[in-house]
Amino acid sequence: MAERDKFKIPVGPQHPSLKEPTSFSVALRGEEITGIDVRLGYNHRGIEKACEERTYIQDMYLIERICGICSHSHSTCFIQGVEEIAKIEVPKRALYIRTLVGELERIHSHLLWLGVAGHEIGFDTLLMYTWRDREIVMDVLALLTGNRVNYGINTIGGVRRDITREQMKEVTRAMDSLEERTKYYIKIASEETTIIKRLSGVGVLSKEDALRFCVVGPTARASGVDHDVRRDDPYAAYSEISFNVITDNHNDVYGRTVVRLKELMESYKIIRQLLEKLPEGPVSVKVPRKIPAGEVVSRYEAPRGEDLHYIKANGTDKPERVKVRAPTLANIQAVKHMLKNRLLADLPIVVAAIDPCFSCTDRLISVRGEDEETPGIMTWENLHSYSVEWYRKRGLDFSKLK
Amino acid sequence: MTALFQILIFPGFLFLSVFGLVAEFVDRKLYARFQNRIGPPYFQPFADIIKLIAKEDLIPGEANPKMFRLTPLFALASTVTAFLYIPIWGTNSVYSFNGDLIVVLYLLMVPALAVFIGGWYSTSLYARIGSVRTVTQLFAYEVPLFMGVLSPALLANTWSLNEMAQFYSRNPWYSVFNLIGFGVSLVALLGKLEKVPFDIPEAETEIVAGSFVEYSGKLLAFFRLTFDIKMVVCASLLAVCFLPFGLKLNPAVVFLLFLVKVFCIVALISLARSVAARLRIDQMIRFCWKYLVPLALMQLFINLILKEILLK
Repeated sequence: MAERDKFKIPVGPQHPSLKEPTSFSVALRGEEITGIDVRLGYNHRGIEKACEERTYIQDMYLIERICGICSHSHSTCFIQGVEEIAKIEVPKRALYIRTLVGELERIHSHLLWLGVAGHEIGFDTLLMYTWRDREIVMDVLALLTGNRVNYGINTIGGVRRDITREQMKEVTRAMDSLEERTKYYIKIASEETTIIKRLSGVGVLSKEDALRFCVVGPTARASGVDHDVRRDDPYAAYSEISFNVITDNHNDVYGRTVVRLKELMESYKIIRQLLEKLPEGPVSVKVPRKIPAGEVVSRYEAPRGEDLHYIKANGTDKPERVKVRAPTLANIQAVKHMLKNRLLADLPIVVAAIDPCFSCTDRLISVRGEDEETPGIMTWENLHSYSVEWYRKRGLDFSKLK
Repeated sequence: MTALFQILIFPGFLFLSVFGLVAEFVDRKLYARFQNRIGPPYFQPFADIIKLIAKEDLIPGEANPKMFRLTPLFALASTVTAFLYIPIWGTNSVYSFNGDLIVVLYLLMVPALAVFIGGWYSTSLYARIGSVRTVTQLFAYEVPLFMGVLSPALLANTWSLNEMAQFYSRNPWYSVFNLIGFGVSLVALLGKLEKVPFDIPEAETEIVAGSFVEYSGKLLAFFRLTFDIKMVVCASLLAVCFLPFGLKLNPAVVFLLFLVKVFCIVALISLARSVAARLRIDQMIRFCWKYLVPLALMQLFINLILKEILLK
């Protein structure tokens, strides 16, 4: 071929390895990836703007629909923020139930991921097995909340459904069978040669790079970054539960698999404790429709990593601004680095290994300069001096900080 | 007239098509059962082919239409021809001459080249990568496959499949010595048939469908049929070379037994593809040259020594 160095293949927006539309334009030399361009934005739905025109209760249901997999994460993250602004004391039992659903969601998300990872490396048997076992936890979620995907269990000031003794027994039984299955998958992952060959040494992200790219969740923990919001900034019932934060030093896709599998085992442990310690009492308190003015940043450890919501309230029943930073947005830039000088065959699994959720991530940011002198884009130096000035006006001096 | 019947109906095109599609069903059903799925009904492969034939043929504007249309036919013709040299009832095939083993192996190589040319001429980027991978893989699996299949022939001291079958029907237990060769050939066969763990040329999650990206309708149906037929022909070749049991019985029984052997090999292929992940092309080539080729060489040496001891 004449233009050998310009051999570019499009992976996405429509491609069998991607479950959601996003675009990777991959420059190839033979099988080797020489460059890669990530482009998001095929799934923009304008949720943040829509939130400003709805009441907090309506927003909660809208925000639950940001993601089909970690729906509970987003809705919990949002209402935690709202409750913090409104200074509402949520009943203990409600917090426990929220945590329970959150952990069940983590289990279903990680099992789903394992299946997808299997499919990406051509191991469809693993996909079929894990998704079969995932049905157990899906059934439990349907039993507890009435829904398989968007649970709709949260409400501002608590949860909408209580759980009964029979349901608790059902959950315990499901945890027993899932624990057994997960042990089997851990065994497969540590023994099956083709899996190890395809996963280890692929998509390497050193600890320094992980910190530099600010990756979150299992992707960061597999690079040895000991970071987990559940422990570092406990929300819901996590402060009363003992669990380990799983880290791993493989730094590659194999490490990410190990971290997720071990996190499953931790989730079973957490759920058992939650059921044991579940306090009696009401599951919700009444909250006034209007939320007092204020702003908050709410953090939540979603299955994919730290989820961040910024909410600004202005004293009405509608928020003034809602900003969602889904974990995929933090991780996606690292993919480019992980794929540098790797083979094309590694692309699907490396992308899958951050457990991307593109529809969560898609935002529209338009940068508009009003005239030549005030350009819309700020350089790093501009931004730095701007922030120093901003804080100085408020009586803080950060000018010595680099 | 007889020749035409043999080429078109039995054991030629028509028989092979049905045989191949049944084998595809066996493969898909077993694969599904290994994965704890229900699997397709028995008529699924037939329905797939019929549906594809009824669809429109789309040829990309930049592709070379002649080559694009011809390559599936080349592939199909060479695979069907190869089957005429394989003895399926007892020790007689339709045509035979000294050296037909080599010709069969050669003819079975043609589909891979046809896929390469078809993919290359379709001018799709995915197809180009798939085509290059097909040929790269070809160099890795053909050598162990040739050595594996030739080693029983070496012991029988002939290059003819018929004479080889006759030799092993006289001494059926000699085939036990070829077990390593059988293993090597079976693994190499996975590469030839592009099955997991060696389905690199059509890796769905990487390059969509490799060389077949632009194929549709009748042409894709032909390719699909070719691959089914290739599977049974290759399995037949292995059955004849490595499983020469019960060849002295009634020809009808021998034929049934032959079908059973082929389906057993197909079952082994399904098993292999349900317990492994897809390797990368570099890993696949390293595996073939590092493990399969030395094992095949070992088999050749064993057979050379055995030939001196047993046949003198």
